[in-house]
Amino acid sequence: MLRIEALQTRHLAAIDAEIADGECVAVIGPSGAGKTLFLRAIADLDPNEGRVTLDGRARESLPAPEWRRKICYLPPDSGWWAERVAAHFPDAEAARALFPRLALPEAALDWEVARLSTGERQRLALARALLLRPRALLLDEPTSGLDAASMAAVERVLMEMLAEGGTILLVTHDLAQGKRLAKRCLPFKQGRLESEGTWPRT
Amino acid sequence: MAPDMIPLSYGDLALASLLVLLNAALSFGLRLRLEGQLLIAAVRMVVQLGLVGLVLKALFTTVSPLLTGITALAMVLFAGREVFARQEKRLGGWWTYGLGTASMLMAAMLVTVLALTTQIQPDPWYHPRFAIPILGMILGNTMTGIALGLNTLTTTISRERVAIEARLALGHPWRDAFGNVIREAMRSGLIPIVNAMAATGLVSLPGMMTGQILAGAEPMHAIQYQLLIMFLIAGGTGLGVFMAVLVGAYRLTDSRHRLRLDRLHSSH
Repeated sequence: MLRIEALQTRHLAAIDAEIADGECVAVIGPSGAGKTLFLRAIADLDPNEGRVTLDGRARESLPAPEWRRKICYLPPDSGWWAERVAAHFPDAEAARALFPRLALPEAALDWEVARLSTGERQRLALARALLLRPRALLLDEPTSGLDAASMAAVERVLMEMLAEGGTILLVTHDLAQGKRLAKRCLPFKQGRLESEGTWPRT
Repeated sequence: MAPDMIPLSYGDLALASLLVLLNAALSFGLRLRLEGQLLIAAVRMVVQLGLVGLVLKALFTTVSPLLTGITALAMVLFAGREVFARQEKRLGGWWTYGLGTASMLMAAMLVTVLALTTQIQPDPWYHPRFAIPILGMILGNTMTGIALGLNTLTTTISRERVAIEARLALGHPWRDAFGNVIREAMRSGLIPIVNAMAATGLVSLPGMMTGQILAGAEPMHAIQYQLLIMFLIAGGTGLGVFMAVLVGAYRLTDSRHRLRLDRLHSSH
């Protein structure tokens, strides 16, 4: 259970939310509504106030790096710090085992980061996060650059994570995807959470 | 004064200064519009050096530890201002000025005092005829190193934001996430002194050594002094750059291992 109480930053009004184990909640709203800031605040990447607990454990009781490995934030633009893909995957064996499930070839490990396509970067960044075996994933537009086949592969992997009791917060502009993965949604507007759970009429 | 030192008359200097006037005339003729700045810079140099001459003369006759200390501190504060002025991005408040000045104070003072008390050993050890020129040379180079190191740190850390935050989000501690940037900043601060050591003697004859030779010193003695100074400069620059870059990096994170770019402001 991921519980968020009165989470606020300079640009985010106090937000309360609860996400159960095995649940995916979609975070929706127009650009600039604070969806990304919300996920970043949960991961403790920006200064913020409020209480966030995972399975009853407050995040302050853990060193920040350990918290972020349990509840991993995946930004919309992936970051890379070495020239080769392999340098970003400490466990090559596990990476090769995971890649096919994300419609990536095992050889992707030997690729150069500079030559990756947007979709490849996105899936490799997701793989990097999944290999940490986080309890919760905070996904920020995880499939915006993917074709239909890769998107389906990614969604299958996310569903498996949910089936195993994982928790997902999913920022998406794709309402159809939101409804496929999530039963409820958190609609944001101008840094506030609007009436919870209402999908906008399409 | 050494026996072979040939003193210059004011007439000699006036004659040499005609070259600057010639430059000004060229600038005017070719419409470079630099003649004003050129003349002002030349006059500033004359006035500043004249004042320094008076200060040094007074210091040398009194040999007071207090006055020497005050002069040294003033030099460090000016150098700190210079480091501050060379930053494209600055830490908020007094941080950039304070950090640059503190790093220099620590590194340059430590190395200077070490050299005076163990290697040169004048009597008394703080004699301004040795302390002030040596501090000046060490400070000038340490200042360049620290200014470059800090500037590289802040500009690179902003440029690499996405990569650094990717690592932080994956649970890497800030020391790992900042590692590449810290190393790059330290390298850029140290490269000038490495290059200077490699080129000394082949490309350039250092000013201090040339000065001593002109003043009639034995070339080998002048070279020994120059080597000592270069080692001191390398040591001081290294210490200063390490301190400035590490503390600067520390200021750009916090106890929750965040990247705190909100503490950086563009200086333009």
